[in-house]
Amino acid sequence: MRYLVSVIDDKENPGSTDRQPFISEFNDRLIAEGYWVFAGGLADTDAATVVDSRGEQVVISDGPFVESKEYLAGVWVWECPDLDVALKLATEASKACDRKIEVRPFQ
Amino acid sequence: MSDVEEAITRVHHEEWARVVAALTRRFGDLDIAEEAAAEAFATAVERWRADGVPPNPGAWLTTTANHKAVDRIRRETKRDDKHKEALMTHDAQSEPLGVIDDDRLRLIFTCCHPALAVESRLALTLRMVGGLTMPEIARAFLVAESAMGQRITRAKAKIKAAGIPYRLPSAEDLPERVTGVLAVLYLVFNEGYLATGPDTDPVRQDLTAEAIRLTRLIRALLPDNGEAAGLLALMLLIEARRPARVSSTGELVSLAEQDRGSWTTELITEGHHLVRERLATGVPPGRYQILAAINAVHTSARDMRDTDWSQVLALYNQLIRVDPSPIVHLNRAIAVAEVDGPDVALAAVDRLEPTLTGYHAYHVTRADLLRRLGRSRDARTAYDQAIALAGNTAETAYLIRRRDQLA
Repeated sequence: MRYLVSVIDDKENPGSTDRQPFISEFNDRLIAEGYWVFAGGLADTDAATVVDSRGEQVVISDGPFVESKEYLAGVWVWECPDLDVALKLATEASKACDRKIEVRPFQ
Repeated sequence: MSDVEEAITRVHHEEWARVVAALTRRFGDLDIAEEAAAEAFATAVERWRADGVPPNPGAWLTTTANHKAVDRIRRETKRDDKHKEALMTHDAQSEPLGVIDDDRLRLIFTCCHPALAVESRLALTLRMVGGLTMPEIARAFLVAESAMGQRITRAKAKIKAAGIPYRLPSAEDLPERVTGVLAVLYLVFNEGYLATGPDTDPVRQDLTAEAIRLTRLIRALLPDNGEAAGLLALMLLIEARRPARVSSTGELVSLAEQDRGSWTTELITEGHHLVRERLATGVPPGRYQILAAINAVHTSARDMRDTDWSQVLALYNQLIRVDPSPIVHLNRAIAVAEVDGPDVALAAVDRLEPTLTGYHAYHVTRADLLRRLGRSRDARTAYDQAIALAGNTAETAYLIRRRDQLA
């Protein structure tokens, strides 16, 4: 099964900024063990732009689609046999990034 | 009840979980397993009344349920090939060695998976493992049947969509996952033993009996697990006191005032046996084993004064080391009152105020200590707070009487 693994940071209580070596090491393991599909860190939510062209006019607006204290800081996509495997990896991921992790299956 | 109906009830208790578990294993789908098992039992009610109970009722039910499941899948795969694909992905996985291989255990671990909300775990376990009907479960948790149906449907959908596996946890995860299962069973038991809500019986024997039955199953499936034995012993020793727990006028009877002659001796004997068995292993006990030992001390005493309170206090001190929660501190204070006096106990209880002020038992304990210290006015205030927070009708009646007896 494929899972979207979101790294959640908190604007008021952010995780530490020295995590890159740990994350790289963890990524190497994900690749070596065959779970890795994709990974990427995201720029600040201030850099987000929302486009809505459902109406006649295209509306382009600055900022994320929802303002919140907690926000998406990065994502992984993992291929795992089941949720138990994904949760076990997420436990390590949370430690590696010093942030909360959400595990959500693709349809 | 006729012989056939009795047989059906008995077989339902004995075989429901086995049938659901075997079908879930074969078809990889809780929905199909549940529905086919329910249909098979409904067919049994009709057929057995007419033809008598078959020689091997369990096998008859499994075969019938299998047919029902295959019929349903045939109907559905015509509509939806993707579903068929999903059904094929649940191949048996390799199992860790040294863990008993029983489909019912897989079923329990799936229903009590930590990725499900606690109330969903309770409801799913009672439905899938306990075989309770949706209206029975809805009544147990005082929610509308439709809401309970939705809760179970959502939980089953999450199991499928999120890929919650139908297999035993790894040896490394097992202790924590068993703890989760035992917590679910203890919650079921506690809701039965101190039922909440204005319109329910103060003690829900259906729930306590179900919790004990499922804990017996876990104990049988994991015979080396000390905490499963401990929880079973704990439940038995509490259940043993049920006949003395509510008075003829519907009031909760405190341990001190209970007629110990009406306690159920067989349950006490079995509970004590389990506690001794665990002590003999020499393995450091967990939370449930210590709680069971505390209840073994209570059920060994002829009356309140005969109780070995220093032993109870020593056990609470041990419990605090594995579970330092404020509720344990509160219960320990009751033993402190007997050993060191109510004034020492009250000082300990008052320190818990910030965390426990919304918990009725905190005010019940304070009220009792204040009453014993002769501080009637403070006791009255505490009883008022306890009455406002108590959810059990028999307990409320008891507290009102106690308050009104104050000088």
